[in-house]
Amino acid sequence: MHNRKTHMAERPLSPHLSIWKWGPHMLVSILHRVTGDGLALVGLGVLVWWLGAIASGPDAYATFSDIMTSPLGYIVLVGLSWSFFSHMCSGLRHFVMDLGAGYELDTNRIWSIASPILGIVLTAGFWALVLYA
Amino acid sequence: MGNGTSIGRVRGLGPAHHGAHHWLLQRFTAVGNLLLVLWFVASLVMMQDLGYAAVREWLSKPLSATAMALLLVSTFWHARLGLQVLVEDYVHTPGNKFAALLLLNFAALGGAAFSIFCVVRIALGAA
Repeated sequence: MHNRKTHMAERPLSPHLSIWKWGPHMLVSILHRVTGDGLALVGLGVLVWWLGAIASGPDAYATFSDIMTSPLGYIVLVGLSWSFFSHMCSGLRHFVMDLGAGYELDTNRIWSIASPILGIVLTAGFWALVLYA
Repeated sequence: MGNGTSIGRVRGLGPAHHGAHHWLLQRFTAVGNLLLVLWFVASLVMMQDLGYAAVREWLSKPLSATAMALLLVSTFWHARLGLQVLVEDYVHTPGNKFAALLLLNFAALGGAAFSIFCVVRIALGAA
């Protein structure tokens, strides 16, 4: 019987970042993780702050509004909205792939390119509606 | 770890030492997030006025408060699952991994509890 250590040592190692030629499917994969972790760490923080400010009263809400409508605040909010739409598009791509579809090289390539672009388009559309509608 | 069937030889070798339950919960909460965050995005777009009075009035409605509470459960759960994978992928020392997962659980539960309490407080009209 194999013991655990030798078994682990025999497992094949995947060639790492420096060996593969970069393609869109790798970009969309790492973007999914980056945007998801950004939403989890920063996005939920801002959401909790917003709800806490509403629950605390007008003064706390004014502090939140002032900071979030400063240039830096807008950068954070635009970044979070982009992260959400981007993560949503790559997440929907994952749902399709979970069904076992979309693994053909061309199809995979097309949706890997389309999902981050769609994320940017949706972000632009969202801000256009918020600011000008 | 068995040495008989092919599944027995690989079971438990992933970084988390288990799998399907986490994977399924991540999908369930992902669908929840898709519906609830899109509701939130649509609400923000339709509200126009994002001042204190307008936002408070909106959030104190039963439907908004319920949806927001569900959104908080779904997103904090999904975030907890996602960050767990991040920790399992990059933190390999058992003690550090345990500490990171402990902190993650505390932060996710604490954040969800505090924000849901805020929603309840707004919805029930305190302060």
